[in-house]
Amino acid sequence: MKSPSPYIPLLDSGRDPSRGPSKRRRPSRVVILLLAGLLAAALLVAVALNYKGSGESAVNRPEKTVPAVARGVTEGVSAKSFAPLLGALKSNWTNKILAWQRSAYHFQPKKNWMNDPNGPVFYKGWYHFFYQYNPYGAVWGNIVWGHAVSMDLIHWRHLPIAMVPDQWYDINGVWTGSATILADGQLVMLYTGSTNESVQVQNLAYPADPSDPLLTNWIKYSGNPVLVPPPGIHYKDFRDPTTAWLTPEGKWRFTIGSKVNKIGISLVYDTEDFKSYQLLDGVLHGVPGTGMWECVDFYPVSKIQENGLDTSDNGPGVKHVLKTSLDDDRNDYYALGIYDSSTAKWTPDNPIIDVGIGLRYDYGIFYASKTFYDQNKKRRVLWGWIKETDSEDTDVRKGWSSVQAIPRTIRLDKETGSNLVLWPVEEFDKLRLKKKVFDNVEAKAGSVVPLDVGSATQLDIVVEFEVDQKALESINGTNTTYSCNANGGAAERGALGPFGLLVLTDNDQVEQTPVYFYISKDIQGNFSTFFCADHSRSSKAPDVDKAIYGSTVPVIKGEKLSMRVLVDHSVVESFGQGGRTCITSRIYPTTAVGDDARLFLFNNATDAGITASLQIWQMSSAYVQ
Amino acid sequence: MLLLFHFYGIPQEKDQNLIETTCKNTPNYQLCISTLRAHPGSINTDIEGLGLIMVYAVKAKAIETSNAIKKLKGSQPELRNALNDCSGRYNAILEADVPEAVEALIKGDPKFAEDGMADASLEAVSCEKSFKQVISPLTVLNNAVRDLSDVARAIIRNLL
Repeated sequence: MKSPSPYIPLLDSGRDPSRGPSKRRRPSRVVILLLAGLLAAALLVAVALNYKGSGESAVNRPEKTVPAVARGVTEGVSAKSFAPLLGALKSNWTNKILAWQRSAYHFQPKKNWMNDPNGPVFYKGWYHFFYQYNPYGAVWGNIVWGHAVSMDLIHWRHLPIAMVPDQWYDINGVWTGSATILADGQLVMLYTGSTNESVQVQNLAYPADPSDPLLTNWIKYSGNPVLVPPPGIHYKDFRDPTTAWLTPEGKWRFTIGSKVNKIGISLVYDTEDFKSYQLLDGVLHGVPGTGMWECVDFYPVSKIQENGLDTSDNGPGVKHVLKTSLDDDRNDYYALGIYDSSTAKWTPDNPIIDVGIGLRYDYGIFYASKTFYDQNKKRRVLWGWIKETDSEDTDVRKGWSSVQAIPRTIRLDKETGSNLVLWPVEEFDKLRLKKKVFDNVEAKAGSVVPLDVGSATQLDIVVEFEVDQKALESINGTNTTYSCNANGGAAERGALGPFGLLVLTDNDQVEQTPVYFYISKDIQGNFSTFFCADHSRSSKAPDVDKAIYGSTVPVIKGEKLSMRVLVDHSVVESFGQGGRTCITSRIYPTTAVGDDARLFLFNNATDAGITASLQIWQMSSAYVQ
Repeated sequence: MLLLFHFYGIPQEKDQNLIETTCKNTPNYQLCISTLRAHPGSINTDIEGLGLIMVYAVKAKAIETSNAIKKLKGSQPELRNALNDCSGRYNAILEADVPEAVEALIKGDPKFAEDGMADASLEAVSCEKSFKQVISPLTVLNNAVRDLSDVARAIIRNLL
């Protein structure tokens, strides 16, 4: 039974999308207009007119230095941009450097802006990937659902746009959603629409032709929206429905993020047909102070098996992951816990590292991520949006913005039991070409060792480190704390670190990006290991992100330290200890590009030597049709 | 008429409070107050509306700066390299950042409005920096765009 709501679905006004956005609803306007009759009407009517959207004239449009293209008509948002083939040389960014930035093996559309992954699913032999896309420019806006398919999650074929904002209930945005495969193999898609009044609602869509394995065309359910914001939930805090899972009663259940004041929450709905829903009492879970929960994800992981679990799985050998993207700080957080299907509540194993205040999938540039259960290979696969961290000016010039991370398998870390392990899907290894092996390379304290690999912009690097045992034992512990982003990066020397790799680094190490471990020892003799990526000297350009990212990484006694680093032009993905801690980086060098980019091993510790064994592959491009 | 005001509360006083509290949480209270109060629509709107007003103020100042850049290209050709860099940056502000922020605020995904204003500030600062060994003729304007963007960003953060 549909829950009662104050939002009466508007009749389809046959809305002309070339009109500006409808005026925003403000009940006090009635008061103003009443007063207007008594006071100077002109001034107050002028007030009312101000919020009809971007109807005001664009005064003196600036002279463009790139070829002008017709602006997107609907809300006067960004025009299509091309990377200039002609034009004056700009300060740091030559066309050659900008062209180099484009990735070789990460998913990205041919041009323009992309953000959240949507509705990933395996269907009739194909991996499907949908994504938030702006067909008109290299900035967020005019959002539609882009679409691509692959047989191996690595080589993609672009398909026509799957859904556009053409109904009153999604005219202001065809936003994020998730796919559910029903028992009979039928595929349904639930997604968020922003209506002509900017109300966030949930809509149902399904393949126009379920026998088409490419799922080219989609139909929106005639009864949309199927859900409107419930009482007590702000109409702009209701988005990103998850994949549904089966309840013990045989109904479908999904969750969707929201907030009440600053308490981030996840609401729960049951349905039998995806058309009418029952809002459950309370919430799946909530955490004070975390703000809006975007792109919530909820799924089981096995404590026993290595493979992934279907979203509906449950039982004693199962833990549930609750994940959210925090609007507030643009990071993806997760926590492990127990799901009670009879109460539809989830409880964290450790409330100190609850959702939004504890562990992250990735400590770098990684947001709006979403998993799906790949029934083909029985694994849970994670997609994550990697945005640009350069200036919009550069994005406009190069004509594109954002990539997706290489899909990662997710499983519970059986050794620690308290975190997930993320790792590039095995198909990624097919891109490996020539391998170079460096065995037992010594790097004394305070040294840099060049690694001759030839070209250093498309690499898969696997390294194992041994740290001088005597140094580890004899160093005196201190009670100073360390953190990747609060300390001085790779230049700040400690007794037992930092040491690691310098990627996308020029010959003189003027531009350098260290990816490294830092070991600290406390007074009791306990070790903590940190895994960090330092962008502070990654580029001479002043208008790119220069932060240092990372976190602690669990290390089981006796384990060697290991990292895997994927280098793909301006995108680098780093995995510590088999994927216990991940860091995605965006790097925009001005000199360490192309043939001038090099790879080094470094050890900036003061007291410990290290020995590293490396396998380094040149990587081929992932051919995109 | 006084009765009407009394019956509905005194909207102007309540909304003045919203403007004041909102501006207190920005890096430039005075700029925030003066910019908002100069706009008749700032009375009787919500935080989103205040954010929009500030975004439009960024736009107006960016247009002014863009026009100044055009003029300078003619009158000071020796500054060509820096002025070309600035053209590109203000193009990004006006063609990407501002439309993104407006759309995001109206449609209800305010983090993209924050991103747009954060970038607008960065572009203005970068333009200023591109005058490496000469005195920038655009300092006042660049700083104004930067300051307005920073205020807009702070207002928008209340919506996240």
